[in-house]
Amino acid sequence: MVLGVITMMFFLIRLAPGDPALLLVGPTASQEQIAAQRRVLGLDRPLPQQYATWLGQFVQGDWGTSIATGRSVMAMISEAWPATVRLVGLSLVLSYLLGILVGATQASLGGRVDTTLSVVSVTLFALPGYWLGLMLVMVFTYWARVLPAFGAAGFDADYLTGWSRVADRLRHLALPLATLTLIGIGGTARYVRGAMLDVRGAPHVAIARAKGLSPVQVTVKHVLRNALIPVVTLLGLSLPALFSGAVFIEAIFAWPGVGRIMVEAVGARDYPVVMAATAVSAMLVVAGNLVAEALTAWVDPRIRTAANAGAG
Amino acid sequence: MTSLLRDARARFGLAVLALALLVAVFAPLLAVDPVLQRDIVATRFLPPFSTDVHGTFHPLGTDRFGRDVWARLAFGARVSLGVGLLAVLLSVAIGTVVGAAAGFWRGGIGVVLLGLTDFVLALPRVVLLLLLASLWQPSAALVIAVLGVTGWMTIARLVHGEVRALSERPFVESAVALGVKGPRVLMRHILPNALTPVIVAAALGVGNAIMLEAGLSFLGLGVQPPTPSWGNLIASGRDTLVNAPWVATAPGVALVLVVVAATLLGDAVRDRLDPAQRRGEMA
Repeated sequence: MVLGVITMMFFLIRLAPGDPALLLVGPTASQEQIAAQRRVLGLDRPLPQQYATWLGQFVQGDWGTSIATGRSVMAMISEAWPATVRLVGLSLVLSYLLGILVGATQASLGGRVDTTLSVVSVTLFALPGYWLGLMLVMVFTYWARVLPAFGAAGFDADYLTGWSRVADRLRHLALPLATLTLIGIGGTARYVRGAMLDVRGAPHVAIARAKGLSPVQVTVKHVLRNALIPVVTLLGLSLPALFSGAVFIEAIFAWPGVGRIMVEAVGARDYPVVMAATAVSAMLVVAGNLVAEALTAWVDPRIRTAANAGAG
Repeated sequence: MTSLLRDARARFGLAVLALALLVAVFAPLLAVDPVLQRDIVATRFLPPFSTDVHGTFHPLGTDRFGRDVWARLAFGARVSLGVGLLAVLLSVAIGTVVGAAAGFWRGGIGVVLLGLTDFVLALPRVVLLLLLASLWQPSAALVIAVLGVTGWMTIARLVHGEVRALSERPFVESAVALGVKGPRVLMRHILPNALTPVIVAAALGVGNAIMLEAGLSFLGLGVQPPTPSWGNLIASGRDTLVNAPWVATAPGVALVLVVVAATLLGDAVRDRLDPAQRRGEMA
């Protein structure tokens, strides 16, 4: 998968108009200077050879130097990815917990509550993250003046210690996290509601009711538990979308993650950084999918048994 | 269609989308020139429902250049809706070809095409959009192209499933037995029957495409100002959130309404077409 992304990027960049050598030496360079730069970059060699060299360097962690900042791309990305994982991971957990709660409430209560919450969840689902983010900034930063809208820590963060340092971090996290989570809740709630309505008609639920279990027990143990299986599978599938959302959110809130680096690099046509950020996003999505698969097996005993039987 | 109109979601969705389309089509009749600037100092940052010194009424106020926000919204609808619709058409075209080919020729071609579909599906779409948008000069045509080539995968999977299921059906087998050749069976007998779910997916995709167009334009990689699109309108309002919150609010509300409408309409159509879903609704 990751190899596929890297290969695709290599050929996309070669397809695009514009000579990277020209970009580096500037518009006033002579023909000789351009040719020399092309030799330095290895652009004068045949394409398969270029690809092999490039792949070798990429695998060894030599991701080149940023055209815009002159820093090593590897260093820039390794500083940034923990911030993205923190933001995306927290919002994933929160939006799933709240989304399951909302969806389950809708499916079990029905009626007016269901209709109202349906309208709310569709609206949340349809909100563009960058706009919701701006609206939250308008309300909480400009009007109420309670939360910061910029970065992951205050300018005085290095001088803070203990709880005040934690509080500063949390205050900076609040708005980006709220934006990503609110949008996530909409999608999850819609899905949980549908899955629960499907399971509710199943024979095993009727049997559970006939055994005399209380409605709460039936809902939690028999309906919700089974409805969660497709929802957990969805978790893996929703990761690419969540990363996509995080790109906008990081750009708006100047969150120091891979998404923001990517947006800035795209603006500056900083190809080495754009490529590395794309590859890292793909890697994070693949890793997330593996976690989701493990979770599905944990939720669904049938898959676990099948896997064990296959292994044994 | 009548049964669809009994669904409140479908009525709301159709009404909002029809209204948005009407505004887009008749924008020149409904609003002043969206790039008109007269006397910036006297007309800029006027709040909604105000009349400027020239006697022009601004229902949604003016921006920092004194341009009418309603006019920019109405003309922006042409760009945003147009780009969204064309991008989805392109996705549907690519997805149908890939899905039909993969479902019909199940050997090598099918495996390669399905593998490609799953591969692109697993990539974060915005990251891919940014990558593509960074390689070429931003323009409306580029946005349509990149949204089209990054949005065909769900359609391809849908068409693939339908085509596979339909190829086993007796009417297709009898067509083959009568001597109808491969591509002709696909075009005349299978594809026409596989298109209904594609229409639903397309309806849902339009909302998403409009939202992504706005996102790209918001980042400055899509439709370029002064041509108004809802995305670059939101972006231009970003810097004036304190003095003139209406500049960013109005296009955002319009965007949310249209996306909600497309989602609800898609949901309603899907429920009408899927009997299993309908049973669940009644239970």
